[in-house]
Amino acid sequence: MQIEDLNAIAEKHIASRKKIIVRTCMSAGCMSSRADAIKANLEKAVIEQQLDADVEVRRVGCMGFCGQGPLVGIDGVKEKEILFEHIKPEDAEAIIASLKGMQTNLEIGDPDHPFFAKQTKIVRANGGIIDPEKIEDYIAVGGYEALHNALTEMQPAQVVDEVTKSGLRGRGGAGFPTGLKWGTVAKSPGAKKYIICNGDEGDPGAFMDRSVLESDPHLVLEGMAIAAYAVGSDQGFLYVRAEYPLAISRLQIAIKQAKALGLLGSGIFETPFNFNVDIRIGAGAFVCGEETALMMSVEGKRGTPRPRPPFPAESGLFGCPTLINNVESFANITAIIKKGGDWYAGIGTEKSKGTKVFALTGKIKNTGLIEVPMGIPLRQIVMEMGGGAPDGRQVKSVQTGGPSGGCIPAEFLDTPVDYESLMKLGSIMGSGGMVVMDDTTNMVEIAKFYMEFCKDESCGKCIPCRAGTTQMENLLNKIIARQATRRDLAKLEELCDMVKNTSLCGLGQTAPNPVLSTLKYFRNEYEELLQPDTFGPGVTAMK
Amino acid sequence: MSLANTSLLQLLTSYMSAILNTAEKPPVTPKPAVGIKHPSGDKRFKILEVHMKKLQFKQDALIEVLHKAQELFGYLEDDVLLFVSHHLKLPPSRVYGVATFYHFFTLKPQGEHTCVVCMGTACYVKGADKVVAALEKFAKIKPGETTADNKLSLLTARCIGACGIAPAVTYDGQVAAKQSPDDAIAKVKSWM
Amino acid sequence: MSARTLTVDGKQISAEKGASVLQAATEAGIKIPTLCHLEGVYDVGACRLCLVEVKGVNKLLPACTTRVAEGMEVSTNSERLNKYRRMTLELLFAERNHVCAVCVANGHCELQTLAYSLGMDHVRYDYIFPKWDVDNTHRLFGMDHNRCILCTRCVRSCWHIEGAGTKNVAGRGTKSKIITDLNQPWGDSESCTECGKCVMSCPTGALFKKGSAVGESVRDRDKLEFIVNAREKKQWNA
Repeated sequence: MQIEDLNAIAEKHIASRKKIIVRTCMSAGCMSSRADAIKANLEKAVIEQQLDADVEVRRVGCMGFCGQGPLVGIDGVKEKEILFEHIKPEDAEAIIASLKGMQTNLEIGDPDHPFFAKQTKIVRANGGIIDPEKIEDYIAVGGYEALHNALTEMQPAQVVDEVTKSGLRGRGGAGFPTGLKWGTVAKSPGAKKYIICNGDEGDPGAFMDRSVLESDPHLVLEGMAIAAYAVGSDQGFLYVRAEYPLAISRLQIAIKQAKALGLLGSGIFETPFNFNVDIRIGAGAFVCGEETALMMSVEGKRGTPRPRPPFPAESGLFGCPTLINNVESFANITAIIKKGGDWYAGIGTEKSKGTKVFALTGKIKNTGLIEVPMGIPLRQIVMEMGGGAPDGRQVKSVQTGGPSGGCIPAEFLDTPVDYESLMKLGSIMGSGGMVVMDDTTNMVEIAKFYMEFCKDESCGKCIPCRAGTTQMENLLNKIIARQATRRDLAKLEELCDMVKNTSLCGLGQTAPNPVLSTLKYFRNEYEELLQPDTFGPGVTAMK
Repeated sequence: MSLANTSLLQLLTSYMSAILNTAEKPPVTPKPAVGIKHPSGDKRFKILEVHMKKLQFKQDALIEVLHKAQELFGYLEDDVLLFVSHHLKLPPSRVYGVATFYHFFTLKPQGEHTCVVCMGTACYVKGADKVVAALEKFAKIKPGETTADNKLSLLTARCIGACGIAPAVTYDGQVAAKQSPDDAIAKVKSWM
Repeated sequence: MSARTLTVDGKQISAEKGASVLQAATEAGIKIPTLCHLEGVYDVGACRLCLVEVKGVNKLLPACTTRVAEGMEVSTNSERLNKYRRMTLELLFAERNHVCAVCVANGHCELQTLAYSLGMDHVRYDYIFPKWDVDNTHRLFGMDHNRCILCTRCVRSCWHIEGAGTKNVAGRGTKSKIITDLNQPWGDSESCTECGKCVMSCPTGALFKKGSAVGESVRDRDKLEFIVNAREKKQWNA
C-alpha cells in the first residue's frame, strides 16, 4: 500500500457513488427501534420504485439525535440534508416516494435546529455520514492520510510535538495533557511498548465512546497507529465493554479490513513501521476504567488497581512502558496531524482546547450526542441545544462526570464548559455524560444512587472505598428514611473527606463527589429530612 | 543445624528461587494440561479447547476464554472453570477469582428468558427504578434471581449506553426503548 | 548502593536508593501503622493505614509503596493521619464480626493492637453483622471469614512464597472473600500443600491452627523471614 493506492481506492469509491444517498442510522439506539428492518425496507422500496440507478441506501453510524430516532437522512435532493425522525419500518415506502416529489406526513427535522447548528464536529465528523463497516467509505473522506503523513513526512518526536502543541487533554475525564503523556512513553527506555485504547466507558449516562466506535472505528484505529509510531510501539490493545456488542463487531470488521489493505500489520505504507491491534473485551467492571485496573484486566486478571507510581508510562502492561488514552482522545489525533496542532489549539479556551463530545440525557427535550467547542456556556447546551426540561418543568441541575462528578445547580448554567470551571464548581468534565435533572428530582436520592453505584463497583481492595462507601450508603438511606440526625450528617461529611483522601484509586477518591456537590448546593434537601438529635452519645460501644 | 535439614533447605531454596524468578509467574499446575479430554464427551468442551488453542493457550486470554465458555454453556459451572484452569495452566483459584470479579460472568444457570433493566443514570432519572420494582413485584424475584419455574431471570445493568432512548430494557438480548413498568410486565407476561 | 537522605517526622535519616519510606522509617526506629504489609511478600498498598504526608505532594502516599527520594520531607504522625487511621479501623470493626473476647487471636491480633495503640475505643458506625461461615474442613487449619479483613497477606504468601496459588480473592467489594481453589472446602483442596504460610501471615484470627485454644495462637512469623533470607542470601548454600 502506497499513497497512490490509497487515493485510487478513494477515487474509485467516490465515482461509484449514486446521486442520492439515503442514510439509515444503525447505531445501538436506533437499532433497538428496528433500524435494520427500516434499512431492508428502504432497499426494497428503492428497487420497487425503480430508483436503484440513482439512489443508494447506506448504513451509517450514530447521527446524534438519538431521542428523535430512528433517523433517516437524505443527501442529494435539497441543498441541505433532509432528516426524517421517528421512522418506523413501514414508513420506508413513503420516504423513497418523497424522493420523487411525493408529499409525506412523516416527521421532518430542522437541520438548522440549534442542536445541530451549535456543534463543531471533529471527532464525530464522519459519524452518521460514512458506513462504519466499509473501509472504502473512510478512505474516501481522507482516512489513513494522516497516518501516511506521519509515517513518511514526520519524525516520531515531531508527532509528539504536534500533539503537545494542540493542547489536547485526556478525554477520559482527568484532563491530563496528552502530548506530555506521549512524550513520557516515547522517552521511557524499553524495547517493547504498548498502546491501550480505553473503551471501557463505564459512567452510567454516557455513550460517546460507544458512538465513536460504532460510527467511525477506523478513526480510532488510525489515531492509535499514529500514537504507536510516535512512542515506538508495535502492539495495541483496544479494550471495549462487553455491553457494546455492536461496537465490538464493527471494530473486528475494521481491523480485518485495515489488515487486508496493509494499513495495519507489518511494513505499513512500505515503511519499517509495524502495528497490530487486538481487541480485549471487558466483562463488566466500572473500576477497569482506571488505568492500572484496566491493564490488569488486559492481562486477564482481576481488575484491581495498584498504587502509582510507577506510572503506566514507565511500567505498565506486562511491565512495559504503556500509553493509555481514551477513545475520544485517539479520535482527535488524525485531525491534529492533518490540520496541525496550532489549528486545533485555536478551538476552545486558553487551557481547554478543541471540542468535547457530550451525551445529553435525562430530563431534557432533545436527548442525544453533541460535539461542542470547549468553553461553550452550559446554558447553550442545556437550554438551546437540549431545549430545556420537557413537560413545562424547570431544569434544576446538570450532572457531569458520572459517579466521579457532581451536580451543577441551574444558577451556574452560565459557566463555560472547560476542565477548570467545572472543577471549581465541585464537578468534573468527566468522560462526557451530561444528565439533566428537573425540579421533580430529589437530590438526596441522586446522591444515594451514585453512592450505591460506587459501593457495588468498588473492587474491595482498599478499606476506605470498600467499607467507607458501604457506610456512606447506609447513612444516606437513613437520611432518606427520615431516621437520621444532624450527627449522622456530620458522620457522612467526615467519611466523605476520609474516603476522598485515603482511597487507593480514582474510584474511591471521587466516590464522595456526588454527595459533596449535592450537599454544597442542595443542603436544605438533606436538612429537611433530619430528625432532632436524641439523648445519649448515639454511638455503639466496641465489643 | 543437621545435615539432613541442610539438604532439605537447599532443595526448598532452589525450588523457590525457580518459581520466584518473576513476580507474577504462576505456579506449577497440579495436573498436566496436554491432551486432557473432558470425560463427559460433551462437544462444547472440544469447541472451547479449539478456541483456547486459537488464543495459543495464553494466560492473559483468560477473560476471552471465559466469554467463550459462557457463550457455549450459558453459565460457568465448576467443571468448565476447572477445564479452563487446566488448559491455561492457571491455578483454579485464579480462574474463580476472575470469573467472580466481573459482572458479566454468571456461575449460576440462567432462566429460559432474561430481562435486563438498565439502571444507568439516564434510565434511572426516567424511572428505571419503577420498572425494576414492578417486575420484582410481578415475578416475585429480586434482580439477579431466577423464578422457581426457571422461566425468567431478572437482571439489572450498569448502563448499556442506550441513554438516548431511556429507560431501556433488554429482553433476551434485544434492546427495547422507552419502557414503562406496564410495557415491561406485558413483555414478561408473554413468556410465562 | 547509593544512599538517599530524607527527613521523617523531623528526624534526618538515610536509606538505600529504592527502599520504601516504610523500610527507611522502620530502620530508623519510627513506627508507621500497617496491616496489609508483610515482610517477605510484595506490597499492595491496600490497607491505607501507612499513608503519610510528603511535603510538596498534595495527596497522601502509602509508605509501603512509596520510594525514598533525596530531600523528601515525610510526616507520619499528624493529627489528620491518625484520625483517618482510627476511621479506617472503625470501618473494619463494623464491616465483619470482630468479637475480640472469643477470638483465637485475642491478645496477639494486629487489628486489636492497632486499635489500642491508635486510641480507637469505640465504633461510631452501624455494625453490618454479615453472615459469614467458618471453614473447618481442613485437617490442620481453619478459616473464619468473620474475622477476615481482606488484607490478602495469605494470598500473597501462598502465591509468592509457597508458590501453590491455592488461595485467592473472589467476588468484589464488600462481597470479596478469600477462597480455596474453586471456592471449595479447604479440606478438599488439591493444590494446598498444607505448608501453613497463610496461617502465619494472617494478622487477625481469620486463619488459625486447629486445636489452638484462645490465647495460645502464636504466629511463627520468624519462619517466613527465615525462609526469605534462605533464598535471598543463599545462607545455606555454602
